[in-house]
Amino acid sequence: MRLVILDNYDLASEWAAKYICNCIVKFKPGQDRYFSLGLPTGSTPLGCYKKLIEYHKRGDLSFKYVKTFNMDEYVGLPRNHPESYHSYMWNNFFKHVDIDPNNAHILDGNAEDLQAECDAFEEKIKEAGGIDLFVGGPDGHIAFNEPGSSLVSRTRLKTLAMDTILANAKYFDGDLSKVPTMALTVGVGTVMDAREVMILITGAHKAFALYKAIEEGINHMWTVSAFQQHPRTIFVCDEDATLELKVKTVKYFKGLMHVNNKLVDPLYSMKEGN
Amino acid sequence: MRGGQRAAVAPVRQFTNCRILRGGALLREDLWVRGGRILDPEKLFFEERRMADEQRDCGGCILAPGFIDVQMNGGFGVDFSKATEDVGSGVALVARRILSHGVTSFCPTLVTSPPEIYHKVLPQIPVKSGGPHGAGVLGVHLEGPFISREKRGAHPEAYLRSFEANAFHDVLATYGALDNVRIVTLAPELHRSHEVIQALTAQGICVSLGHSVADLGAAEVAVQHGATFITHLFNAMLPFHHRDPGIVGLLTSDQLPPGHCIFYGMIADGIHTNPAALRIAHRAHPQGLVLVTDAVPALGLGNGRHTLGQQEVEVDGLIACIAGTKTLCGSIAPMDVCIRHFLQATGCSVESALEAASLHPAQLLGLEKTKGSLDFGADADFVVLDDTLHVQATYISGELVWKAEETGP
Repeated sequence: MRLVILDNYDLASEWAAKYICNCIVKFKPGQDRYFSLGLPTGSTPLGCYKKLIEYHKRGDLSFKYVKTFNMDEYVGLPRNHPESYHSYMWNNFFKHVDIDPNNAHILDGNAEDLQAECDAFEEKIKEAGGIDLFVGGPDGHIAFNEPGSSLVSRTRLKTLAMDTILANAKYFDGDLSKVPTMALTVGVGTVMDAREVMILITGAHKAFALYKAIEEGINHMWTVSAFQQHPRTIFVCDEDATLELKVKTVKYFKGLMHVNNKLVDPLYSMKEGN
Repeated sequence: MRGGQRAAVAPVRQFTNCRILRGGALLREDLWVRGGRILDPEKLFFEERRMADEQRDCGGCILAPGFIDVQMNGGFGVDFSKATEDVGSGVALVARRILSHGVTSFCPTLVTSPPEIYHKVLPQIPVKSGGPHGAGVLGVHLEGPFISREKRGAHPEAYLRSFEANAFHDVLATYGALDNVRIVTLAPELHRSHEVIQALTAQGICVSLGHSVADLGAAEVAVQHGATFITHLFNAMLPFHHRDPGIVGLLTSDQLPPGHCIFYGMIADGIHTNPAALRIAHRAHPQGLVLVTDAVPALGLGNGRHTLGQQEVEVDGLIACIAGTKTLCGSIAPMDVCIRHFLQATGCSVESALEAASLHPAQLLGLEKTKGSLDFGADADFVVLDDTLHVQATYISGELVWKAEETGP
């Protein structure tokens, strides 16, 4: 795996955005050749989304031939509820870029048959030729794959852990009864199928999760650890997220930054002549 | 025709690079329009899976709901109270010319006149949607003849009337059919006004208090019976007195029906109301303030002497006087000038100034679901303004109906 360590949140967000941009541009997407991107929600990727929007507005990056697959969505929350992941993706990303609405896939938490919706989602990923780059920003668990989720799980319905519900209460006026208790989520196995995985982990409160993910063994209690067995994984984090790692781990990976930075510098553009 | 199934296949237009007035704030958002209405782009994206068919760059401008003027006596030489054979073309001329002021809907106003005038003129001013031909007509504002003799102002004394004999029947006899009427200004101290107010309100007509010597108590009772507006606050009514605030006191009255907002018209041309008075009213009750022009036929005629009916009028900038005198004979400040003056005089936010000319008049007339806002589903009547609130372009039903001349090198 690559562990890319930047000084702070903004720099980490920028590095991640540059990497995604370069992946898409170098892929040369077109009419019959779409780039498939797996996308996360939450506060961690916001900086990265802002940067991607900036590159788009500059004319350097187009999402016209990009297909996106979001990781999860609450069950039973109206699609236009301000806390739904549909709303999040619209407000923080889709409305600012030129993606074709037919290529933006998000699980429908209000589907009649939830398992059928999950199966159909897996099918759509297959039809798209698999996911080229899956971006995640977890709390130690990928999407809503709570501790104990199978490491080979697929897209399915999950009941949320009390911890998750409590953490989300602040988005629902602090009223626990308003917080959704179930969600549809891609499985650990679904993300492992992607050709490349990028995990964003920033902040001191995520430090323990990062430690468990990369310095301890593979364990279904910390599903992010599954990516130790993925051939192409990048963890992008800030200094604070490394606080629980061994000094020698951090020193080793910091020593590789000059190599990693070649992945984002030069920053490629879709403009003519670049 | 707006809405309907045909609208679903109508082209989607996206106005980008702008700030829109929504929910009382200027938001950095795009405005989406389809079938003459404001569209919810998130719904379009997730449910219909469609993108915009056309994008228009607004150059960083402000997009505000189209202005609504509920009191205009005429303009550009046209007098709505004059019974010509073709009242319609006079209204149409004014409707077209005010587009450049950002006004997308208005209420042509008739001052106190004899019944023959009402019977002849009213049927010629139907309610009409706006478009490239001009601003929409929301209905006629009848200011008088049931007003106070003492506070008649420029209204002709000979044609003042009362309804003490037959109340609402007198009203009908005077005006004729009320189909095209939207607002009636009357003096509540006139005997049997409560019956009239109730009857007019029941017909969906907005009753306004004005040209009156009513005290606060009488005004409050009138509001309790259904009156919702005050015609040009401060003008043609008793002045505020600390032991009897008169009609002005309605702004802070605690006797109004719960949940009811009293609206009041203000002429903010910098001439008819002292800025300090404007500020007092605004600070006392900002949500009720409705900017009106109360424009007279001399509006838009340019400096110099003009003959308007029986009058010789001298126009100099924003001042219109009876020729050879210093007597003011009405306001000639266009709506956008009033908004800029109001903003500067009160120091209020740009959002407040814009709402006073759009949202509040729409709320007064119960039209806030379709007019006066840029909420999803509202009619796409809006105005493009630069940062100094000068009108750059006007749109009705999502179509460009007026554009400022480009001043290029």
